[in-house]
Amino acid sequence: MQATPEEAGALPGPPRRGVAAWFPGWWHGNLSDRTYSMALAAFGLTIPVLFLLILVRIGRAAWPALAAFGGAFVSSSDWNPVAGSFGALPFIYGTVVSSLLALVIAVPLAVGLAIFLTELAPRWLATPIAFGTELLAAIPSVVYGLWGIFVLVPWLRDHVQAPLAGSVGKSIGLFAGPAYGVSILAGGVVMAIMIVPFISAVSREVLAAVPVAQREAALALGATRWEMTWQVVLPYATPGIIGAVILGLGRALGETMAITMVIGNRPDIPTSLFAPGYTMASVLANEFSEASDELHLAALMGIALLLFGITIIVNSIARLLVWRVARRAGK
Amino acid sequence: MSGPAITPHAESAAAALPRQGLGFRDRRRRATSLVMLALTGVAAAITVLPLLLIFFHLLRAGLGAISVDFFTQTPAPVGESGGGIGNSLLGTFLLVSLSALIGLPIAIGAGIYLAENEASPIAGVVRFVTDVMNGIPSIVIGIFVWTWVVVSMGHFSAFAGGVALAIMLIPMVTRTTEEMVRLVPRELKEGGLALGFTRWRTTLGIVLPAARSGILTGVLVALARIAGETAPLLFTAFGNPFWEWRLGEPVDALPVRIFQYAISPYEEWHQLAWAGSLLLIALVLAVSLAARFLIRSPYRSR
Repeated sequence: MQATPEEAGALPGPPRRGVAAWFPGWWHGNLSDRTYSMALAAFGLTIPVLFLLILVRIGRAAWPALAAFGGAFVSSSDWNPVAGSFGALPFIYGTVVSSLLALVIAVPLAVGLAIFLTELAPRWLATPIAFGTELLAAIPSVVYGLWGIFVLVPWLRDHVQAPLAGSVGKSIGLFAGPAYGVSILAGGVVMAIMIVPFISAVSREVLAAVPVAQREAALALGATRWEMTWQVVLPYATPGIIGAVILGLGRALGETMAITMVIGNRPDIPTSLFAPGYTMASVLANEFSEASDELHLAALMGIALLLFGITIIVNSIARLLVWRVARRAGK
Repeated sequence: MSGPAITPHAESAAAALPRQGLGFRDRRRRATSLVMLALTGVAAAITVLPLLLIFFHLLRAGLGAISVDFFTQTPAPVGESGGGIGNSLLGTFLLVSLSALIGLPIAIGAGIYLAENEASPIAGVVRFVTDVMNGIPSIVIGIFVWTWVVVSMGHFSAFAGGVALAIMLIPMVTRTTEEMVRLVPRELKEGGLALGFTRWRTTLGIVLPAARSGILTGVLVALARIAGETAPLLFTAFGNPFWEWRLGEPVDALPVRIFQYAISPYEEWHQLAWAGSLLLIALVLAVSLAARFLIRSPYRSR
C-alpha cells in the first residue's frame, strides 16, 4: 500500500490491511476523526447505492414485459399498445441510426475544431471560439428542439431533402422519399450540433496533453505542420479521441427532448434518412404518461432498462479509454 | 519547375536545392498542409455558425413577446392573447433550490471522500460509478424517480422533480468538488495537522475554505445545467398552469412549459416558447458567466 499525499502528514498507525486500508483515518485519530471518516464514506457510498437502486427499480418494473416477450422484445418491430404487442426494434434502430449519423457529422467537425484550436489558431481567435463552443454546450436541449422545429427542419426540407430526393435519391435509397422535414436526418443534424462541443472539448484536452517534444521532433525532421499533426500528434492522441467520441455517442444515445421534437416519432424502420423515425428516449417521453395498462408500462420500463444498459456500457468504455490516456500523460 | 537548366553552377544549385526552390513533392506537401489546416478552420467556423443562428432566431422571435405580463402572469387559455410564464419561473426556482438542498450536501461530502481516499479501492469504484452516472440519460432518471417517489406518493409533485434534478446534480458536483479539493496545496493541510488539528477540523476549517471558490463555480455551472433540464421533470414535477408554492403538488418548470408550447399548434404559444427560451438561455448564461468571471479559484491551474 503506497502512502497517499493525504496520509503522508498523518501519524503512523498499525499497518493497514483489508477493510482498514479502504478507510484511511479509521486507525488513527480520535473518535471524532473516526466518525468523520465514516460519515464521508457514507456520503461517497450514496452514489453507488443510488446507481444500484435505479437498476433494481427499473429492472423490476420492466420484468413483466421481458418475461412476456423474451427475446422478441428487442427483435420484433411490431409496437402496438392497443393490440398489446410490444417490439422495441424500431426504437433501437432509430436511436442507433440517428446517433451514428450525428457521429458521422460531428466527429470530423469536432476533431477539426480541436486541431484548429490547439495547433493553429492564435490566442485572440482561439479564446472566443472556445468560449462559443462552451456556450453551445450550455444551451438546454429543449431550446435546440425549438430551434430545430421552426428553423432547421424547414430549411433541411427545402434545401437539402427536396433537391437530394429529386436527384440522387432516385437511385440511392438512403436519400429517397418525400421530404417531410421531420426525419432521422433532422434528428442526426440537431444531435451533431449538440455533441460537437462535447467531443471537441475532450479532444482538445487530449491533444494538449501530447508532449511538445513530439511536435518539435516532427518539425525538426522536416515535417510540415499538417504532417506533424496527422502523423505524430493525432496517432499519439487517438485513444483519447476515441474515448471522447464514445462519450459523445453516449450523450447522443440518451438525448431526449431535442430529438423528440424533430425526428417525427413514427415507429417504423425506414431505409431512408429522410423518413420519420422514433428513438428509445422519445418513446419514453411521449408514451410514458399515457401508458394505461400494465404491459404497456412494463414495455416502456423495458426500453428504459435497455437505454440505461447501453449508455452504461458505452460510458464505461469511454471512461476507461480517457482515464488510460490521462494516466499516460500524467507520467 | 525547380530543376535549373545546365549552367556553370548546376552542381552547386543542386546541392542548395532546399533553399533555391522546392521539388514537386515538397510543394505538394506544403499545399496539402495549407489546405488541411484551412479545412480545420472551416470546421471551426461551421461549429460556431449554429450558435450565431440560434441566438439570432431567439432574439428575433422571442424579444417581442417579453413584457411585464410575461414575468408576472400565468399562461392564458388557448385563443386568448397575453398571459405569461410567471408560475413556470417560480416552479423552476423551487425545483432548483430543492435539488440543491437535497443534492449538494451529498455531492460535496462524496467529493471530499473521493479526494481524501485517493488510493482506496472503494473510492476508485465510487469515482467510476460517479462518472458513469454522469452519462445516464436524464429521461431514465425521470422514470426512476417516478417509480420511486411519484408512485409511493400517489401523485406528481415538486418534491419528486427536486429529487430527479438532485440525482442529476450529484455526480457533476461530486467530481468538481473532488478536483477542487485536490488542487489545494498539501502544505496547507499539513500545516493544520502539524498544529494539532484533528483531520476533520483540518478539512472543514482549512481545506474547504481554500477550495471554496472552485467548488462554488462547479455548483453554479451544475445548477445552470439542471435548470434547463426537461426530460426528468416530465413525469415528476409534471407541469401546472397555475401558481403553486406547495412542494407536495405538481409545479411548472420553464423548460417543460417551452416544450409544451413548442409542440402546440398555436402561433401565440410558439412566440411564448421563443421568449421563454430566450429567458432560459439568458438565465443559464448569466449564471455560467458569473461562475466563470466573478469567482476565480486561486489554485486553479488554468
